[in-house]
Amino acid sequence: MYSHGSESLIKQAREIQEPELQKFYSRLVKLLQGKEFGHETIDSLQRLHLILSATKYTRTLPAELQKRLLSLLSSPAEQLQVLGSAVLRETLPLPGQELHCNQENMGPLNTHTAALLLSQAGSRADLSSLCAQLLRGLESRQSEGPAHSLAHTLPILNTILTHSPECLTEDHLTLLSKKLVDWLRYASITQGGGASSGGFFTGPRSRQPVPIAELDGTVSGDFFTVLCVGQGFTEDQWMNVYSFSMLRHWLLTYHSVSSGSTAADTANRLQLSLSLSHSHSFSNDDRSEVDGSVVSMVSATSSSSRLLPPKERLREKAFQYCLRLIEQSDRKAHKRTDTELQKACLVEAVCILDCVCVEDASLVYRTFPCVKALFGRLSSDLTFARVLLPIAQFYLNHGEMAAVDCESVWKLVFGQFPAELFNDPFLAHELLRFLRLNLESLQLRVPQYTRSFPNLLKFLAWDSPAVVDDFVDLLPSLVTAETAVELFHTLLDLPCLSATLVLQLRSTCSPISESGGRGLLSLDAFRSPSFRGLFLFLLRAEAGSGDTIDRLSTLHELLAEAVDWQRVVQCAQTVPVLLHIFFNTVVTAADEKLLAHLILAMLERSSLLLNLPTYIKEIHRVFSCHLLRLCKLHPSLVVDQSHELLEFAGTTANVYSKEEIYTHVVWVLGEYLSVSCDSRCSVRLITSCFEALEAVLFEITSSAPPPGAACPAPRVVTTLMSALAKLASRSHDLIPRVSLFLSKLRTVTRGGSVAWCSDEEDLIAIVTRGEELWSLLKTPGVAQSVLTPPQHVTTPQWHRDTNVSMPLQLRTLTSLTHSQ
Amino acid sequence: MVRCFLIHTVCPVSALSAGESRVLYSRFFGPDEGVLAEQQRELSPEERRLLQVEKAAVVARQVRSAVSLSREASGRQLVEAVPGEEALALQEANSGVVRLRAGDPFSDEMSALWLGVQSLGFTLVCEPHENLLLAEGTLRNLTRHCLEHLHMLGQGSEVLLRSNRIDALLSRLLPHGQLLFLNHRFAQSLEKEVAAYMAK
Repeated sequence: MYSHGSESLIKQAREIQEPELQKFYSRLVKLLQGKEFGHETIDSLQRLHLILSATKYTRTLPAELQKRLLSLLSSPAEQLQVLGSAVLRETLPLPGQELHCNQENMGPLNTHTAALLLSQAGSRADLSSLCAQLLRGLESRQSEGPAHSLAHTLPILNTILTHSPECLTEDHLTLLSKKLVDWLRYASITQGGGASSGGFFTGPRSRQPVPIAELDGTVSGDFFTVLCVGQGFTEDQWMNVYSFSMLRHWLLTYHSVSSGSTAADTANRLQLSLSLSHSHSFSNDDRSEVDGSVVSMVSATSSSSRLLPPKERLREKAFQYCLRLIEQSDRKAHKRTDTELQKACLVEAVCILDCVCVEDASLVYRTFPCVKALFGRLSSDLTFARVLLPIAQFYLNHGEMAAVDCESVWKLVFGQFPAELFNDPFLAHELLRFLRLNLESLQLRVPQYTRSFPNLLKFLAWDSPAVVDDFVDLLPSLVTAETAVELFHTLLDLPCLSATLVLQLRSTCSPISESGGRGLLSLDAFRSPSFRGLFLFLLRAEAGSGDTIDRLSTLHELLAEAVDWQRVVQCAQTVPVLLHIFFNTVVTAADEKLLAHLILAMLERSSLLLNLPTYIKEIHRVFSCHLLRLCKLHPSLVVDQSHELLEFAGTTANVYSKEEIYTHVVWVLGEYLSVSCDSRCSVRLITSCFEALEAVLFEITSSAPPPGAACPAPRVVTTLMSALAKLASRSHDLIPRVSLFLSKLRTVTRGGSVAWCSDEEDLIAIVTRGEELWSLLKTPGVAQSVLTPPQHVTTPQWHRDTNVSMPLQLRTLTSLTHSQ
Repeated sequence: MVRCFLIHTVCPVSALSAGESRVLYSRFFGPDEGVLAEQQRELSPEERRLLQVEKAAVVARQVRSAVSLSREASGRQLVEAVPGEEALALQEANSGVVRLRAGDPFSDEMSALWLGVQSLGFTLVCEPHENLLLAEGTLRNLTRHCLEHLHMLGQGSEVLLRSNRIDALLSRLLPHGQLLFLNHRFAQSLEKEVAAYMAK
């Protein structure tokens, strides 16, 4: 595949020296001056392309060479056109040498020249004139010139209108709408090209036109579509393919333009509805109704659309075309590729129907029976899942208007799809995109949406890197007061879900008699009835059956071997990101009671996590960050939850196993357990908190860490000391106790090393901190204002006012102290 | 509309840092989006070209990491296929989609469909509302033709030295980035033209 040879070729192309390059250029010019271009010319052109394209810097070609290359574009040999176009696309047009596409100096525009024109277009005006030229070609042309010469026109127009729809004038739009109608609806219905019904020996005279066929081989009874086959195709049949391929984009782009219907439009529509109600005879506008052909349902229902203005007529024809495609997709195709094409056509047809119904709501009633029937036909077959998504979109957009029950659609989209097709990357991409685009209307109309998060998260658990981006956008919409706690637990257990999905697929792939391929213990557990409930909870489709389960630790043990599965590792890496988003959203959606619940859940889950390397640490970090934010936002939460927080902070083991989160809990207690935050904060509460923290601090600074644990982090020790000092400053009776401890600390450490701190510098820092606090506490009044500053000092509002800003205050203070 | 088609490496390349990808072929369709964007209008044609090269590199890098992550997660062993076994190689290829957020690197959101065949990635960057089912089929078809007509399962460097073949292929199967609804008869007729081109 990719070889060293290729790598060295690129290197050579990049490093080619200027003299050598000039020699190469002049040799090439000489070659191109010749009449016949041989193999060497082709080879040199190809090398030139490599040299130009391998570097990101633009090289300038000699004018002569550039001119020769330009003339290749009109060469009769396609290979030269291709190479000329490819090489010139990598260069800049010389000043003054612009491709004047409207001067017919290069003969008819071939597709490779057009590609060059498009890529070098420097302005909207260039595109407009190219458009005008192409449309003139379409208009003037009446079947002269070689076949396919028109074929590339539509793709070019489509690419232009993608970038700059305003390049087409109103007249252009009308002209193209008419042309599209002709190609879509009135392409020949006999086979083109070399098709012949006669045998080898019959002469051209006896050739009869052979009708086109359907994909299952039967003779086609209606107008030509992309799902019709023949031995060969006529030009208008090719145009039919190109027209349909760009139809949806065309309708999407110009639908806003056409919606400004005039009085004449309304009159026409009125006339149409009258003619429909008065005559039930078949329309007389359909040229395709050849005598004797079997007219299918689609044609039979077509209306007298000739009366419509071009854009609306196109809409009507698009509508008929799609109905016919849906009909044709039910046929059994002989080729596998055609079966695939049928599916793609169904997707396109339903999308176009959706689009025309958005434009003209009156079509909804004509369309729904067909879409409904299609849904009925496909909904039981999950191989059509990707066709069912556009159908869901149709139901979402128009179901309300047509008063159609959409329940079964949502059962599929939020139920079966994620549960059974979580491992289809394309479905995942399309479904999540569908959710993103329709978020508002889903939240409004489909209550199942938020409840289905355990199911939707399966996409994330299976293929985290591919879909995490979508969930970054979607997650906030899943966080509601009802779902928050369960969602929190579900996110934390996402790596378990990932492992379980792997087990689920394995257990269906390998028969039960085999010991699960590699003899996985977890697979046995997955199959064992005694653990069935645990796994079923993880695999649940809907929220609401409880926030989490009791035997989480059992589950984590069962899945212990999954911690080095790459899929699980990848999944675990996304959880911290999503947790951040979760917390950022939850503070806007939840009341204090719920936030209190979440704080407890954090404390509880800090020791209940799947034991992946770094995962636990990462999650603790997220918890710490948001614990702090929640308490800062609602300081009274600390008094509310003081019992649980104290229990956590009073457990010495947490110092060693959950350093990060422990430090933050201690800090929060020291900071917010104060009357100024909550009037319920009693002296008794402060004292009991003080005692709990004091006990821990005493314990960790009087003995060596327990076997297997590292020394407590200096940050934990200093945070504990600060918290004690803060609490003491609020209840002065406690001051002697802190002072005593701090003085003891100084004495103990005077000897040099202690068992609980191995680093000398750390120890010095701790002792210094202790001394600072000690001296601060000697003047309790000052200690209180420094350690528990009043609210107006901590709120940053006043540095906006220059008169009372901090620098000013500091300057005043400095001048005071200096004068003393 | 398809915005671009890329062939690039998804394996480590000694001259590149880890995670980088070597773009072997890139083709952008239609006018450069920079020409029409307000902020980029002042860019010179050279700068626009550079920006386009960088865009291709960004997409290639993203796909490369998507391919490796997907391969790691599936834990499947890569099957080595030799020239002549294109169908097998295609069957064993992994595939997926990368969502390219607006501005990263295209000004609008895009979907990058990829097919990882051994050490190479074949990527189609589509507008996200495109018919991805059709795009997927087109990508497979293009990949098969590239593998066959440029003998890409072998050790040669035809992808660099015969890139006009890919251009010719694209001009039929994906003209100017237009995905086509081709039934097997239409496809055969185009493939006949392709074969005639390759024979030259």
